[in-house]
Amino acid sequence: MEENNKNSRRKFLDKGLKLGLATAIGGMAISKISKLNAKSNTNTGELVELMTTDGTLIQVDASEIVEVVSTHNKENGYNVREGIPNRKFVMVVDLAKCKNALKCQQACNKGHYITGDNAWLKVYKMQESKETAPYWMPTQCQHCDEPACVTVCPVDATFKRKDGIVLIDNERCIGCRFCMAACPYSTRVFNWSEPEQPEIAKDAEYTPDYCGSPSVKGTVDKCDFCPHQIVKNELPFCVTACPNGVFYFGDKYEDTVTNGEETLRFSKLLKDKFGYRLLEGLGTEPSVYYLPPVDRLVNFEDGLEEFTEFQSVEKPEES
Amino acid sequence: MKTHETLIKDLAPTKFTKLGVIWTSFLVIVVVIGAIAYVDQLIKGQVVTNMRDYALWGIYISNFVFFVATSFVGSVTVAILRLTHNSWRTPLVRIAEIITLAAITMAGITIMIDMARPDRLLNLFIHARIQSPITWDVIIIPTFLTVSLLLLYFPLLPDFAILKNHFKTDSPKMSKLYGMLSLNWTGSDKQKNIQTKSIKIVALLILPVGLILQTIDAWLFSTTYRIGWDSTNFAPYFISGAFVAGTGALVTVIYVVRRVKKLENYITDFHFDKLGKLLSLACIIYLYFNINEYLIPFFTAKQAEMTHLDSLLFGHYAPLFWFVTIGGLIVPIIVLFFKKGRKPASMFAIGLIVVIASWWKRYVIVTPTLLHPFLPIQGVPESWREYSPSVHEWLITFATLAMCLLIITILVRYLPVIPIQRTAEERDELKTAKTTES
Repeated sequence: MEENNKNSRRKFLDKGLKLGLATAIGGMAISKISKLNAKSNTNTGELVELMTTDGTLIQVDASEIVEVVSTHNKENGYNVREGIPNRKFVMVVDLAKCKNALKCQQACNKGHYITGDNAWLKVYKMQESKETAPYWMPTQCQHCDEPACVTVCPVDATFKRKDGIVLIDNERCIGCRFCMAACPYSTRVFNWSEPEQPEIAKDAEYTPDYCGSPSVKGTVDKCDFCPHQIVKNELPFCVTACPNGVFYFGDKYEDTVTNGEETLRFSKLLKDKFGYRLLEGLGTEPSVYYLPPVDRLVNFEDGLEEFTEFQSVEKPEES
Repeated sequence: MKTHETLIKDLAPTKFTKLGVIWTSFLVIVVVIGAIAYVDQLIKGQVVTNMRDYALWGIYISNFVFFVATSFVGSVTVAILRLTHNSWRTPLVRIAEIITLAAITMAGITIMIDMARPDRLLNLFIHARIQSPITWDVIIIPTFLTVSLLLLYFPLLPDFAILKNHFKTDSPKMSKLYGMLSLNWTGSDKQKNIQTKSIKIVALLILPVGLILQTIDAWLFSTTYRIGWDSTNFAPYFISGAFVAGTGALVTVIYVVRRVKKLENYITDFHFDKLGKLLSLACIIYLYFNINEYLIPFFTAKQAEMTHLDSLLFGHYAPLFWFVTIGGLIVPIIVLFFKKGRKPASMFAIGLIVVIASWWKRYVIVTPTLLHPFLPIQGVPESWREYSPSVHEWLITFATLAMCLLIITILVRYLPVIPIQRTAEERDELKTAKTTES
């Protein structure tokens, strides 16, 4: 019985090996043939010199050069889910200059027709511990490169674009609020009821890259990094509105940021002034950088006048 | 043969008593009121709730977690007791399966109530993204629902055939209905073979599917960064909590059904004693995970953790926290330790407290965490710093609880709550065993 078993096993192995070999040879042959075919079809013999991204010169057959087909919207090279091609938007917030003037918040509220009870841009009154100095910290969506909100969205309503901006498709959002639970920066705002916006917002044609124009009941809103201003070659509302030049906005690829008055090297600014990001330890990789509130040009106390602990959106006067 | 007749008579469904009619109408009224409140919520938006941007989830979610937890009872009684050859489960399994089906159905409905845009429900399928824990829930809940429905249905086949004969003269309509449901069950060996195999498969399935369901439910929370949720302990914590909630619900429902249907001869003190031990085991395991969940953050005392723990142990949520911990875990463990504590009446009281504490436990897990975000709560109305459910939320939540009880009531009314065929077989086996012995 045992002998028999061994024999049959040997036979099986033998057959298996042969079959495997045959397949391998066959496969090689087929790939050779197809390669030959490909070559005979396309080889023109004309060589073209090209430079690779690291600077070395290489030669390529002319027939192998294919024009890159643009994946973007053909009309203007812009797709709302892809973002503006070849850009990576960043922001730097200089805490040394902020004195809670709140012009940023007011401009943002006005520009995005925010009429709820929770602004998208808030200036927090911060103090790490009793002995340390208090400071004002403007905070909005951090447009993380590893956005927790995007990860948990079940319907791809909130999405990350190649230009770094995180947006929400309010026509797809199901209102589960999981993104709000996931966001560690508490920047997301919900439309609990039908938004009471001005006619201009209500009548606007909906597009995800202009949040609040209009806002949609039962869906989430947040800071959109103002792509609607960028395409007009203008800076985000908060940047232009700030009287103290706190916000610098720019492009990481170009390595420049500007607050409207001065334009600086992004990397140098971070190095010189010890830039950091909020809750870095969580690994969310925000696109918003902060400069610590040192060598302050403003008094913290000046901001207390404007500080409203329980309000961030001004309500129209009751008539 | 006569005993067989009395068995069927005892266990066959009977019409509602007057009390039954009142109870059912009461539940229907609660459901209708809740439905009206829900329509109002649809029209006005979730502004009618007291949820806001910080307390962005409220009792809809904690109620959902409660239903999911309760549905675990099917996995516990059917799969675990089956695998451990605990034959005392026979008169209890069907009620457990009924509770499971009702609870998981209501879990599915409750989560939709929390969606602000239920009109876009289909987006969950059209635009589904597999990386979202909500999508995992969308997959697992219908799966669990299907398995628990089959687990209830397959063992019912022979009983439906028995009921078809039983109601032939008294109520031809019912007889016809039971006949249809019995799928022409004759009790042939071939049928029995298929049935036994099918039951085996679904009974084995319900355990892993149940465990996955509880795990995903826990991951809805622990996949976020939030203090109090960001815990690797969460899935087993939720599974053991579900063990408690489910067993507590089973004890409570069994006691009521036994009294109403006068089943004292079938569900005896012996069964309550066993159930008491099971509930005690569940509470001890859950207590262990509770200690893990709260003691370690307390030990390391990270600032954010301490703010959170402070509100739970000594602050705003302390009364609730200690009620669910002492009333819902420690007292049951102590009472169930004594044989007298495992008598039916005492068990009913304990079961009821456990169920109520289980409901509030979920509230204590969901709400305080959301009110302790990383950045301070500023720039929003003062009322947003607290959360207590609105009238709408209560009405709708009571309606979901009432609907769960309504499903249980209706199933208990029309199904034999104790498997007739299996009880008969087990009694025959006992008899033959006795005669051969003597």
